[in-house]
Amino acid sequence: MKLIIAIIQPHKLEDVLHRLDSVEIHLRTVSNVLGCGRQKGRTEIYRGRKEAGSLLKKVRLEIAVNEPFVRPALDAITLGARSGTIGDGKIFILPMEGCVRIRTGEEGEVAIG
Amino acid sequence: MINSGDTAWILMSTALVMLMTAPGLAFFYGGLVRRKNVLATMMQSFFVLCLISIQWILWGYSLSFGPDQGHFIGSLAWFGLKGVGMAPNPDYSSTIPHLLFMAYQMMFAVITPGLITGAFAERMKFSAYVLFTLLWATLVYDPVCHWVWGAGGWLRNMGALDFAGGTVVHVSSGISALVCALVLGRRRGYGRDPMPPHNLPLTILGASLLWFGWFGFNAGSALGSTELAVWAFIATNTAAAAAGLTWMFIEWKATGKPTILGGATGAVAGLVAITPGAGFVSPMSAILIGAIVAFVCYAAVAVIKLKLAYDDSLDAFGVHGVGGTLGALLVGLFAQKLINPAGNNGLLFGNAAQLGVQAIGVAATIVYSVVVTFILLKAVDAIVGLRVPDEEEVVGLDITQHEESAYTLLD
Repeated sequence: MKLIIAIIQPHKLEDVLHRLDSVEIHLRTVSNVLGCGRQKGRTEIYRGRKEAGSLLKKVRLEIAVNEPFVRPALDAITLGARSGTIGDGKIFILPMEGCVRIRTGEEGEVAIG
Repeated sequence: MINSGDTAWILMSTALVMLMTAPGLAFFYGGLVRRKNVLATMMQSFFVLCLISIQWILWGYSLSFGPDQGHFIGSLAWFGLKGVGMAPNPDYSSTIPHLLFMAYQMMFAVITPGLITGAFAERMKFSAYVLFTLLWATLVYDPVCHWVWGAGGWLRNMGALDFAGGTVVHVSSGISALVCALVLGRRRGYGRDPMPPHNLPLTILGASLLWFGWFGFNAGSALGSTELAVWAFIATNTAAAAAGLTWMFIEWKATGKPTILGGATGAVAGLVAITPGAGFVSPMSAILIGAIVAFVCYAAVAVIKLKLAYDDSLDAFGVHGVGGTLGALLVGLFAQKLINPAGNNGLLFGNAAQLGVQAIGVAATIVYSVVVTFILLKAVDAIVGLRVPDEEEVVGLDITQHEESAYTLLD
């Protein structure tokens, strides 16, 4: 079992979700976050003053998957989120201790899918 | 003779109609788009207020209301408001200053191109918008305005009834909106990705401000503080209420739940439809007009648009084009000389010919608007390009066109 955390461009979210659906990965949690990598900020202008924001809007995607789904998930996210320019984001893969489905009390691999 | 009561009411009405463009239309449309495009959308309404205010003073008013040239357009004799002063112009209104009539009409000229923006929301390049709007106001709005309202205009001579701008404002902008939606094409991901309105409270605020401003639009079109203004005021409120109610009940029946967006859309459709008839129809007729337009516009935006798959993003055509056309034709049914002796009777009051005259007015406006709008769009596309590049559309127009964003995540 792995927990995949991806930080992606907000406007790539729909593409990523469609690609995840196409490899039968339907469970995900999405949140709005702020962050920056090497891209630094995007400038905005307010009353003639250019301001460089240090943090950019990103989307954080969390997906828990069983081992056979790790590779398809990584490929789907990479393909959906890649524009080839700086700021496309990162994917982190974490080992997962366990998983409980609250409704039934099921635990482990069966509780993920 | 200038009448101070009339002058006071038209000053007030001018300000009310101004309110319809910004904040009314700006909030109405701004709430309906995605959060990345809210400022760009509101900017289009705000910008048109600034742009056409100047265009109108320089040449727009003269082309629309100036000395008639072949019943088609006004001359440039009043360029820069030359000769337009405090003395009333009896062709238009004998009890208010000519300058005030000019200012009142200015606000109509402002909102009309603003209405079109609903059709190409979230994808048009700002420079293209500026160019298109200036050309459209000059080459579509000004001539059509002259036909219907200008002294010597051919539709005015023919006896077409358009109390407050059903054809001039709503048919012309609504049908042009359809042409825009077709020529620009759909938004990226339309039909595949969800594109929900990002802030419905803004939209409801905008719709309510439109309703409020519409009292100036319709009751002000009596051009005086008169009994006719009272008739128009009542008809306006009645049609809006009837259409809003009807729309919500249709939804309740069709989808299981009435929605406030449906109520607001219905009310706007009712306001559009009563615009040409506000000063010619009774309150009872206004109820019928409101109810009928709700059914027809609901079909246009909830059924036909989806079937034909064009992306009239905020339903500028579905509400203003369809509702305006229907309203202009319904005047030919419901108009009563009893309400307005200067008007005429419609089909239901023994004058079938009026319906024919209304149909000619609508048809001419549609054909002319479609042809000229199409040519203008092609020309603007060749000069600056109509659409933003795909990646800019994805990131959103707020950042890519204006380098601003409406909402922060923290702070």
